[in-house]
Amino acid sequence: MTLNPSLRDAMLAAVPSLRAFAISLSGNIDRADDLVQETLLRAIANIDSFQPGTNMSAWMFTILRNLFRSEYRKRRREVEDTDGSYAESLKSHPEQGSRLEFQEFRAALAKLPPDQREALILVGASGFSYEEAASICDCAVGTIKSRVNRARTRLADLLSIESAEDFGPDQSTRAIMAAGGRG
Amino acid sequence: MQTEVTQRKARGRLGRDVQSKIGQQLRAMYDDVVSAGVPDRFTEMLRQLDEQKEQQEKEKGSNG
Repeated sequence: MTLNPSLRDAMLAAVPSLRAFAISLSGNIDRADDLVQETLLRAIANIDSFQPGTNMSAWMFTILRNLFRSEYRKRRREVEDTDGSYAESLKSHPEQGSRLEFQEFRAALAKLPPDQREALILVGASGFSYEEAASICDCAVGTIKSRVNRARTRLADLLSIESAEDFGPDQSTRAIMAAGGRG
Repeated sequence: MQTEVTQRKARGRLGRDVQSKIGQQLRAMYDDVVSAGVPDRFTEMLRQLDEQKEQQEKEKGSNG
């Protein structure tokens, strides 16, 4: 049985967003691409459990999120993986999936608890509704809302944003100048 | 006045402008990856899987 072309196209169409989600979760582009590959393989193997007419992208996000979660739990058992060491790994590999202008933001994102990080990305970047995000994360809608709120508050704190002027092109420009723009 | 604002912040309520700035930055970071499209490794992987399955079906057909 070969994969129905329209299902295959729907799977491929979800890949760019799945990668962005996976990079935001794992902080590492190579690991993210491995997660996406594993997600595609699982999706193909379990295509019979996909309900035609429902959201393919949400279904694949659920698979990827569960894969990441089980891997994360496994790694935690193997090595003590604190948020601090995760943030440190981002610093040492700034070229991995992160352009200079997003580095500060990614580093702050890495400091959030995983529950809050995934909720914020699903709702704030992937464009899922609170209900869809709740279904992907297998929790209540209210839980997603409170995680998103806590994530935003913590990010504002980490990035020291108190008003819109504190954050934006000016800060990036200063960072670039500090990084050696003055020769 | 100043203290009230600080206290509100400590309790986790953010101004609309701050929320929208965080949202903008989050989407810019995310869309930067999305705009890279589908890397060849994934289209290639699906193509190979299709080929394998066709091959398997042919073999099944000729055996049965």
